[in-house]
Amino acid sequence: MVRPKTDVLQGTLALLVLKTLVRGPMHGYGITLHIQTISKDVLRVEEGSLYPALHRMAQEGWIKAEWGASENNRRARFYSLTSAGRRQLAEEEKSWARLTQAVANVLQHA
Amino acid sequence: MSWLSRLRHTFRSGKLDDELDEELRSHLEMRVADNINAGMALAEARHDAQKRFGNLGLMKEDARETDILGWLDTVTGDLRYAIRVLRKNPGFALTAVLTLALGIGVNTAFFSVVNGVLLNPLPYPRPEQLVTLGESKPNFINGSISYANFFDWQKDNRSFSSMAISRGYGFTLTGLGDAEQLDAKFVSSDYFVVLGANPVIGRTFIPGEDKIGEAPIALIGAGFWKRKFGASRGVLGKSITLDGKSYTIVGVIPEAFDLYRSAHPTDVYVPIGQWSNPLLPNREAGLGIHGVARLKVGVNIEQARADMERVTANLAAIYPDADKGIGAHLVPLTESLLGNVRPVLLVLLGAVGFVLLIACFNVASLMLARSTNRTREFAVRVALGAGRWRLIRQILTESTLLSVIGGGLGLLLAQWITRAALRLVPTEMPRAADIHLDSHVLIFTAAISLLAGILFGLAPALKSSDLFLSETLKESGRGSNGTRHRAQSVFVILEMAMALVLLIGAGLMARTLARLWEIQPGFDAHNVLTFNISMPPSINGASAATIRAAFRNVHDKFASLPSVQAESFNWGSIPLTAWDDEQLFWLDNQPKPSNENEMNWALSYVVEPDYLKTMGIPVVRGRFFTDADNENSRHVVVIDEVFAHKFFGNEDPLGRHITLQQGEIKAEIVGVVPHVKQWGLDSDESQQLRAELYVPFMQLPDGAMKLAPAGTTIMVRSDGSDPALFDSLRRVNKLMSEEQVIYGAQTMEEIISASLAARRFSMILLGVFAGMALILSSVGIYGVISYLVGQRTHEIGVRIALGARRWDVLNLILSQGAKLTVVGIVIGVGASLGLTKLLARMLYGVSASDPLTFIGVAMLLALVALAACYIPTRRAMRVDPMVALRCE
Repeated sequence: MVRPKTDVLQGTLALLVLKTLVRGPMHGYGITLHIQTISKDVLRVEEGSLYPALHRMAQEGWIKAEWGASENNRRARFYSLTSAGRRQLAEEEKSWARLTQAVANVLQHA
Repeated sequence: MSWLSRLRHTFRSGKLDDELDEELRSHLEMRVADNINAGMALAEARHDAQKRFGNLGLMKEDARETDILGWLDTVTGDLRYAIRVLRKNPGFALTAVLTLALGIGVNTAFFSVVNGVLLNPLPYPRPEQLVTLGESKPNFINGSISYANFFDWQKDNRSFSSMAISRGYGFTLTGLGDAEQLDAKFVSSDYFVVLGANPVIGRTFIPGEDKIGEAPIALIGAGFWKRKFGASRGVLGKSITLDGKSYTIVGVIPEAFDLYRSAHPTDVYVPIGQWSNPLLPNREAGLGIHGVARLKVGVNIEQARADMERVTANLAAIYPDADKGIGAHLVPLTESLLGNVRPVLLVLLGAVGFVLLIACFNVASLMLARSTNRTREFAVRVALGAGRWRLIRQILTESTLLSVIGGGLGLLLAQWITRAALRLVPTEMPRAADIHLDSHVLIFTAAISLLAGILFGLAPALKSSDLFLSETLKESGRGSNGTRHRAQSVFVILEMAMALVLLIGAGLMARTLARLWEIQPGFDAHNVLTFNISMPPSINGASAATIRAAFRNVHDKFASLPSVQAESFNWGSIPLTAWDDEQLFWLDNQPKPSNENEMNWALSYVVEPDYLKTMGIPVVRGRFFTDADNENSRHVVVIDEVFAHKFFGNEDPLGRHITLQQGEIKAEIVGVVPHVKQWGLDSDESQQLRAELYVPFMQLPDGAMKLAPAGTTIMVRSDGSDPALFDSLRRVNKLMSEEQVIYGAQTMEEIISASLAARRFSMILLGVFAGMALILSSVGIYGVISYLVGQRTHEIGVRIALGARRWDVLNLILSQGAKLTVVGIVIGVGASLGLTKLLARMLYGVSASDPLTFIGVAMLLALVALAACYIPTRRAMRVDPMVALRCE
């Protein structure tokens, strides 16, 4: 896999996390696994970015965290979407579509 | 600091911190478990899980922000990128860098002047305690302090820790190579104490040594010491011969010490009691002596003024004849040194700041235009997740890189400009010797470079990063041009406005100078040379008759030069210079006044019969002097029209008598001549003391005549045939005596020119700044119109295809330029009306809102701007519709 450059995907991590949580509450490790699997290993979310992002999103009120038990009955913090998070997700999906379309346009145009 | 600890840091409370720890631990354990399931050994599984936490992930960039090493890393990344971008556009980079170098260069150069003159503290300890002193008298606000009064002031005051007087003088040095004229100062003992100067070697004067009759001793300046004594320490105790008298050297004074910090350092300091002037002990005498004193700690200048009022009032009571009406005039030293130049320098500093702003706007405009072509690049970066801040920073890095390179070049340029400017600086500019590039200047340059970079980078950065937020991309790239165009237009308008302000300032100064040149000084300056003569010291002590004979001999020898048409000694005022001398007198119908202040005052010109011919001054009534008006004949004087009007009104002054205070000589008025502008072309009329009195040189009282050999001015009118007249005069002089010195040659035209030097300095600088502003803003408007034409090529093509004529296209484009220019001019005129008030002090014969200047300059600017627009417009007119349409 080609490793993303330093400033790549910064804006999109929140989008990916929010989208992942649509499936239901999930702990941090689960989120990384999910994104990696669904993107067929192209996107790999590193712990170093995930937790600060989760923390920030919780502060924004997009997600909330609760302690619960993992599949293996391990204690883990589960994150779930709030309604603000759902709105944010819709917003980000729209702007992502706009952006990719715009880039596509520019690339075609030249 | 790792991201982990930083994140922990954000959880202030211990509980949250623990929660985070636990969360991360559970994450780790899950990873380890999965790793083991995937077949890793325990240790390897642990290691892998840990490593992932240690890795810098997507948040790497964020994390770096607060981490200085990481920060440097991104900065170097940005920098590398910026260098690559600029390398790819050498034309743009070069234009931007040169523009900035010019702007920063002149600013640095001028700042080094302001820094040297205004900002650096005077080179004396606690300079804020220093005060200059003078006697205030009816005719002079800041007149000479008499030697006798000074000692009373020194003794009676309670405000000053020390007080001193000084008086400039020219000594003839003999016995040490060729005879030469030295710049000297008579000083009282405390002079160096007041100023806090320590000798390089030896000592300074001690109290009592400044009294009349003390042993002759001298201090020499370090420059003179190096020049004549090779900086040898053995100089102490040696003697030098000044005006034929031997003085023992007791110390050497540092070079950088002169009070006025002028380019001409003092060669030698002598206790004032050594001055051979017989009037020195006279309490009434005004001999050009001025004081400097140091306030006691905790005493302010107002308290000192009140204190000196008490001191002078006491003296007036004790010596009513001499001191009635005499007060003390106190001014802080910095104020008296810099009071006149400060407003001028600040105005010019503002002007030069405008030039830099214009340069910045130009580069900003260029970057904006260029950022249009970079839309794609920015869009891709945004798409790849670069934040708004990230883009802004990239663009600011580029702009700062440009401005720093520009600043470096500017610094080199500044060194060169400063050297050139120093040649322009009027010689009377105080502290000229303090002007150089120092650390303050370097800091200033660095600061304005960075500031400039941010200033001109900010607009393009914000505009470009709008991509991130706005809908622009949707509109396939063209929509953002509107805002960009608007910003560029604003820049051009502001550039035009600032250029106009500078042009108007320069125009007003130019008109002022033109007005001043038109003023007749009251004499014909063409082909008149003035210089000074010091006769051989051996003549000191000779009789007045011997001295008169010596002067006649000197006169004849110089007159024998074929190119000399007329010649006159002048032992008095020299028009348009700082040299003025006064006669006190009373009229024939007046009783003798009891003190000087009740006498009448007039400017004194002690001259020979040919003075009028030398100066090209006509006679209005009566006659001027002849050779028959000499020491043996009855005393005569000639007055000017101001004198006649002031003292005689409509009466006929011819045949009336006045009594000159000096020697109580009663003299008949035999002629009236026109007024000469002694005080300056512009300011003469505003002066109190304007009446002029001519006295025959040979009729000087014997006492005064004995002083004349030490230094008398000679004025010579030549036919202009000898390009090296002064050299010829010097040859003649050397034949008379090896010990006789002539020096200080200046043509009368140079004197007039020097009297306007301060204004010319301002005008030239304003002119240069205005010229740069004009060029830069023309480039600016050219750039914007070119850009517009480029953007509208397609539209123009369509218009032409639809039948528009070239004329319509011309109209279309030029009207854009004209709109910008007109708005710029309107704003500029408005700003000028306010700002030229700052120049009012420098103006003469022209109002600060002179309509002619305003209109003329506005038209000039409009013409230049339109010419700059015309070039791209022509390109637009030549648009081939087919090509234009195809490029879509």
